[in-house]
Amino acid sequence: MQLARVIGTVVSTVKNESLRGRKLLVVQTIDKNLESIGKPMVAIDAVGAGIGELVFWCRGKEASFPFKREDTPTDCTIVGIVDSEQHVTRSEFKL
Amino acid sequence: MILARVIGNIVATQKNHRYQNARVMLCQQITPEGDETSYSVLALDSVDAGVGDTVLIVQEGWSASTAATGTAGAAIDSAIVGVVDRVDLL
Repeated sequence: MQLARVIGTVVSTVKNESLRGRKLLVVQTIDKNLESIGKPMVAIDAVGAGIGELVFWCRGKEASFPFKREDTPTDCTIVGIVDSEQHVTRSEFKL
Repeated sequence: MILARVIGNIVATQKNHRYQNARVMLCQQITPEGDETSYSVLALDSVDAGVGDTVLIVQEGWSASTAATGTAGAAIDSAIVGVVDRVDLL
């Protein structure tokens, strides 16, 4: 799973039947310092996320588990909303 | 899923029998702003996309296979699952 920022929405009328009613969001993956890494991706929303929010997404076939299995073709699903940037904490301790 | 533009199609008379009748499209990944990136990929079509369309490509085997062929387990890893009308950015 990866942290990401929702940066936009995608409108698609003609799509796979099982994607009907799903919300498509553009997410930019970010690293532990909340800086962008890689290219933006399109994710299906499973938790009610919106533009501007800090979220985390899941990849692979597990991405379709929040929906009816086999039913939803996705490789990138938003599975959590981070409460705020302040809620991303990391320890500075060196082991 | 990635955003891509359909830039062509591939004719392959001889291919895996699980997707004998599928259309294989040549796609170029784009950024949400619409600029082409250096990554191009072949994807099976499941929504009747055409050259020039902006599309959504799912890159996970099970989903791609189910979307494009109707059953899981076909040897594909990319399928076009939607035609994009519009991308709204912050």
